[in-house]
Amino acid sequence: MTLSHCIALSLILCGIGIFGMMTRRNLLGILLSVEVILNGANINFAAFAHFKAADPVAGAVFPIFVMAVSACEIAVALAIILSMYRSKKRLDVYRLEELNG
Amino acid sequence: MADFIFFNSYLILLCPLLSFVLIGLGHLRSDNRFVAKFAITLSAISCGYALLTALTYFIAVMGHGHPYPEKMALDGAWLNFSPTLTANLGIYLDPISVMMLVVITVISLLVNIYSVGYMKGDSSFNRFFALLALFSFSMLGLVVSSNILQMFVFWELVGVSSYALIGFWYEKPSAVAASKKAFIMTRFADAFFLLGILLVSFESGSFSFQTLNSPETAALLNKNILFAGMSINLLTLGTLLIFCGGWGKSAMFPLHVWLPDAMEGPTPVSSIIHSATMVVAGVYLTARMFPLFAAAEGTLFMIQCIGAFTALFAAIIAITQMDIKRILAFSTLSQLGYMIFSLGAAKVCADGGHHESSVNLLGYSAAMYHVFTHAFFKCMLFLGAGAIIHAVHSNDILKMGGLKSLMPRTYWSLLAACLAIAGVFPFSGFWSKDAIILTALQSGHYITFLVGLVTGALTAFYMFRFFFLIFHGEARSKLHDVHEDPWMTWPIIFLTIPTVFAGLLEHFFIAEVIPPHFAETGHFAHPGWLPWLATLAAVIGIGGAWLLYGKGKTEAAARLKSMFGPAYTVVSNKFYIDELWLFITHKIIFACIAAPIKWFDRKVVDGSMNLTGWLLQVGGKGVRLAQNGQLQFYLGATVLGVIMLLFLG
Repeated sequence: MTLSHCIALSLILCGIGIFGMMTRRNLLGILLSVEVILNGANINFAAFAHFKAADPVAGAVFPIFVMAVSACEIAVALAIILSMYRSKKRLDVYRLEELNG
Repeated sequence: MADFIFFNSYLILLCPLLSFVLIGLGHLRSDNRFVAKFAITLSAISCGYALLTALTYFIAVMGHGHPYPEKMALDGAWLNFSPTLTANLGIYLDPISVMMLVVITVISLLVNIYSVGYMKGDSSFNRFFALLALFSFSMLGLVVSSNILQMFVFWELVGVSSYALIGFWYEKPSAVAASKKAFIMTRFADAFFLLGILLVSFESGSFSFQTLNSPETAALLNKNILFAGMSINLLTLGTLLIFCGGWGKSAMFPLHVWLPDAMEGPTPVSSIIHSATMVVAGVYLTARMFPLFAAAEGTLFMIQCIGAFTALFAAIIAITQMDIKRILAFSTLSQLGYMIFSLGAAKVCADGGHHESSVNLLGYSAAMYHVFTHAFFKCMLFLGAGAIIHAVHSNDILKMGGLKSLMPRTYWSLLAACLAIAGVFPFSGFWSKDAIILTALQSGHYITFLVGLVTGALTAFYMFRFFFLIFHGEARSKLHDVHEDPWMTWPIIFLTIPTVFAGLLEHFFIAEVIPPHFAETGHFAHPGWLPWLATLAAVIGIGGAWLLYGKGKTEAAARLKSMFGPAYTVVSNKFYIDELWLFITHKIIFACIAAPIKWFDRKVVDGSMNLTGWLLQVGGKGVRLAQNGQLQFYLGATVLGVIMLLFLG
C-alpha cells in the first residue's frame, strides 16, 4: 500500500460524496454524503502523516479534530432537519426553495 | 457706576429674548391675560434699562467734552476666522445707537400695551406677543452691533420676524403672498449687502465698525481695479453694495413694492416694524458707516438721488390711495426718502462748499433726528389707524367719515401727528424736516432741495386728506358700536408727548449727534426765510386738502379726478411698478432663465440619475435569478468554481 493508493481512495470517497450531494433529493442523504467527503479528507491527512511527515502524531491529530467538528455539525444539522421535517412533513430539497431571491 | 450700567446693557436685549423664548416655547396655550402681563413687564424692564443707559451715557460722557465718544460696552470674540480676522459680538454705544435703543424700547412697550386691545380675542394672541418680542430683540441687537457681521446676523433676524409677522394671519392668502414678497425682496437686496461686507472686510481685514470707519480704511479701499474691462473704484463699489442692504430694507425705489403690501400684517406690526423701527435700518446702516460712505462721493450722490426720488414718488402715490394703511405706508416711504437723501446731501457740491471740509454734518444729524421724530409720530399714526380699523372694521377711508365725535381722543392725538408729519410749527416734524431741507439747500443740490419742498407740500396734502376723510363730515357708511378701547387709546395719547415736544431736542441733536472722525463742522449759510418757506409749503398742502376734503365730502375731489383722467389712473395704480416687477420676474426671469434651467434639471440632471437607478434595478433583477433556492444548483456552482480554480491555478 503506497501513498498513491491512499490518495486514490480519498479521491474516490470525495467523488462519491460530491456525487451523492448533487444527486440526492433527500436532506438526510445529503448529510451522509457530507460525512463521506469528510472521511475522504481524513484519509488524506492520515496517509500523508504516515508516509511523509517526520512526526506522524501531528498529522494524526487533524482527523481527530475533523471528526469532533463533524460530530458537532451532524448534531446541529440533524436538529435542523428534524424540525424542518416536523413543520414541512417532507425533506425533498427540490421543493424546499423558500430562500430563493 | 456708569461702567457697571453700560456693562449690563445686554439686559436690554435679554428681556425681549427671554420673553420670546418663554412665551414661544412654554406659553403658547396659556391664558392670554398672563402672557400679556408677562410680555409687557419684560418690555417695560427693557425700556426702563434703556432709558437708564441713555441717561447714564448722557451724564457720563458730558464731562469729556465733544463730540460724544463711542463706547464698547461689551465685546467678546465670537468667530475666529484667522489670527488677524475675528468677528466679535459686542454692544457698541454711541449717540445714534443709544437714541435707537430708547426709540425701539419705548415704542415696543407701547405697541405691546396697544396689542392687548387690538389682538383681543385672536386665537393666536400668544404667538403674536412671542414674535413681537423676537422682533424687539433682533432690532435692538441690530442697533447695538459692534461689527458689521453681527449687524448682518441681526439684520436677517429682523427680516425673519418681519416675515413671520406680515404673514401672521396665515389663513389669508394675501398676507402669505405679502410676507413672501417682503422676504424675497429684502433677501435679494441682502445678497448684495453680504457681498459688500465680504469685499470691504476682505480689503480692510476687519469687521469692526471702528476700523471700517477710520480714514485709513477709506484710503486703503480707494483704489481702482479692472473688472470685465471696466475700471471700478473699490470704495464706491463696496459702499454701494453695502447700501444695497439698506436699499431693500428701507424700501427705496424700485425695491419699495414690498412695503405697501406688508400692511397685510396686524396694525401694531405695521406700526413698530414697517414704520417706526425696522424700515429705518437702512438709514441706520448708512449712518453707522457714514465716515466710509462720506469718502465715496459717488455713493453718497447715488443715495441722495434715490432718496429724493423715492420721497417725491411715494408722496405722489399716497395722494391717490384709498386704503388707510397704504396711505401711511407710502407716507413712510416718502419720509424714509427724506432721511436717505439727507444723508446723501451731507456731501457738499464741489462748487458749493466754502470750507475745506466738504462734509456737512448737518445732513447726518438731521437724518438721525428725523428717524427719532418720525418714529414717534408715524407709530402714533399707525396706532390711530389701527384703532379706527378696529372700530370701523374696514380699511377703506371712503367708508369712514364723521368719526370726530365718536373717537374724540383719537381725533385730537392724530391731529397732532398729522400736524407733525406735515411740518407745522412747533410740532416735532417741523424741526427735523426743516433741518433736512436746510441740508439740501446747503449742499448746493437745488433739485433735491426743491424735491424736499414739494414733497413737504404733498405730505401735508395727503395727510390731511386722510385726516379729513376719516374724521370730518358725515359717516359714509353704516357704523355700529364704535368705541375707543382704553388699551389702545392710552398708548396713542402717550405718543402725543414726543410728537409735540421732540422739537425741543433740535439743538441737542444738531450739536451732539455727529459721526466720528469729523470733529470740525463747516460753516454754512442758514437763511432765515427757509422755515417760512417750509411752513408755507405745509400750509398750501393743508389748505388744498381743506378745500377738497375739509367738509368730509369727496365730490370736489371726484371732479378734479375726472379732469386728470389717465394720469390719475397711472398714479393710483402706483405707476404700475408692481406690474413691472411681475413682468420682470414672470416673463423674463421665470420664462427665459428659470424655465431652461428647470428643463436642464428635470431632463438632464434628473434623467441621468434615473438612468443610473434603472440600470441598477435591471442588473439586480438579473443577478437575483441566480439565487433560485435550489440547494444542488448552488453546490454545482461551487464544484464548478473549484474545478475552474484548479485549472486556472
